[in-house]
Amino acid sequence: MEVNNLKDAGTPAANGGAVISAKDLDLTFQTNDGPVQALKSVSLDIEKGDFVSFIGPSGCGKTTFLRCMADLEQPTGGSITVNGVSAAEARAARAYGYVFQAAGLYPWRTIGGNISLPLEIMGYSKSDQRDRVARVLELVELAGFEKKFPWQLSGGMQQRASIARALAFDADILLMDEPFGALDEIVRDHLNEQLLKLWARTEKTIAFVTHSIPEAVYLSTKIVVMSPRPGRITDVIDSPLPKERPLDIRETPEFLEVAHRVREGLRAGHNDV
Amino acid sequence: MTRSIPVLTVVAAILALWYVAAVPMNAQWAYDRAARADVELTFSDLVADTWSQEKPRLPAPHQVAVEVWQTTVDKKITSKRSLIYHSWITLSATLVGFALGTTLGILLAVGIVYNRVMDMSVMPWVIASQTIPILALAPMIIVVLNAVGVSGLLPKAVISMYLSFFPVAVGMVKGLRSPEVMQLDQMHTWHASASQTFWKLRLPASMPYLFTSLKVAMAASLVGAIVGELPTGAIAGLGARLLAGSYYGQTIQIWSALIMAAALAAVIVSLIGLIQRIVLKRMGMAT
Ligand SMILES: Nc1ncnc2c1ncn2[C@@H]1O[C@H](COP(=O)(O)OP(=O)(O)OP(=O)(O)O)[C@@H](O)[C@H]1O
Ligand SMILES: [Mg+2]
Repeated sequence: MEVNNLKDAGTPAANGGAVISAKDLDLTFQTNDGPVQALKSVSLDIEKGDFVSFIGPSGCGKTTFLRCMADLEQPTGGSITVNGVSAAEARAARAYGYVFQAAGLYPWRTIGGNISLPLEIMGYSKSDQRDRVARVLELVELAGFEKKFPWQLSGGMQQRASIARALAFDADILLMDEPFGALDEIVRDHLNEQLLKLWARTEKTIAFVTHSIPEAVYLSTKIVVMSPRPGRITDVIDSPLPKERPLDIRETPEFLEVAHRVREGLRAGHNDV
Repeated sequence: MTRSIPVLTVVAAILALWYVAAVPMNAQWAYDRAARADVELTFSDLVADTWSQEKPRLPAPHQVAVEVWQTTVDKKITSKRSLIYHSWITLSATLVGFALGTTLGILLAVGIVYNRVMDMSVMPWVIASQTIPILALAPMIIVVLNAVGVSGLLPKAVISMYLSFFPVAVGMVKGLRSPEVMQLDQMHTWHASASQTFWKLRLPASMPYLFTSLKVAMAASLVGAIVGELPTGAIAGLGARLLAGSYYGQTIQIWSALIMAAALAAVIVSLIGLIQRIVLKRMGMAT
């Protein structure tokens, strides 16, 4: 039924392989205090299978950029394509899963019920829903928590459940806006490790917003440094790190060198304000 | 058990106060009668008299209790003098009015939340409707409906509806708007339709608000039904008992009807509370 033809629209079109492609993107918010330019001439190509992190000071437009990809915000200039089609068409085709900063689980649904919510909306069959819920719960190491309510889980577990929810349907793009921002360092390390494994297993394309330099360097194949007023991209760093990354890679010289370059980029962005 | 101790203390205090108040309230009548019979009243005579008059200004609690007992347990339910019979007349109008009011309130709330024009235009009218004193409006509603041949339960139910739709409408507007922007964005990312967003997000999120306003609406419905019985020529119902009681100075009858109305309100409102607890518990939202 419906689900099948949606799947076709979810595969990247033949446009040189870029899954997400932004060209000269501008976005100006009209506020009561006058216009706020959140994005200015932002151009970026994200290839299939990339893990791209966005880093930059508060207010530099990271969230806004991600929301443009998700068709939650309309750019006022330039163009953006997702899977070769417009962001609106990509959203209609359920091309991406979006993980918000807060888990945002429905308190009246169990963990399993929360994960099957998008599946219900997209019209997956009951048995398919069951299989998928079980599979993604396994993936985020929450097997056995299906029948629990959100308030019975810790913050980290809730965030994992919300990631599972974004993974449950066949979207090969994952957009994540500071998903681990509210969690403590140790839980964060653990989830970072899990996220990398998950990415390797599912071969999704991931766009990931963070404030943490080590997190960005540890996770990404590509790090996008942004700076504010107006929000723009100041540096794009391709990571030389191998795909296989144990946590202690963070002490290697290669890692520290990338981290250094990110820090320099952030500092440069700060200085010309 | 420990929770009932404060409640019982308050009840005991109220009863004591009530007994004390009955003495000065009814003393004049006792003095007058004693003067006519030319006897001297001792204090204990006075107290005994004020607590056992036939038409006291303020009947003593036990007099009301006896009256309630005699008109409920001792009377056949079908009897025109049974309080159960009258309560049922009032309750049926209350429940019909409550159902109508709840439906109207929810429909209005959905309209207000989903339709910009309704959002701008309906709420002021809803609020204005409640500023008209129901005592002035009730007779008009009864007369108008009687003129078009509608009488009996329905006019009273209409008055109940008029009072009860308001808390439901206000509560449900708040409840349907309670989902956070992020939750609505989430629905957007899944490309959910408007009806999916309503059934899967807005409606369940509004449940706690709904139950709170249902309790208020139920109490308002009961008041509406009783008020609706006042101008009907005092045929049946708790309102009719109140009116007949005041015609003939039957204060004990008035008070027993009042007590019955209060008990009825307590029972139906706590019934909603029970349903609320069951539903919210099953939804994992028990508080
Ligand atoms: N809906 C909106 N209306 C008006 N201005 C907005 C809106 N959303 C964002 N902005 C403005 O756009 C700019 C970029 O905001 P954005 O949320 O994208 O920043 P960010 O990089 O995600 O910041 P943070 O790290 O704090 O999350 C800010 O100046 C913000 O005030
Ligand atoms: Mg942000």
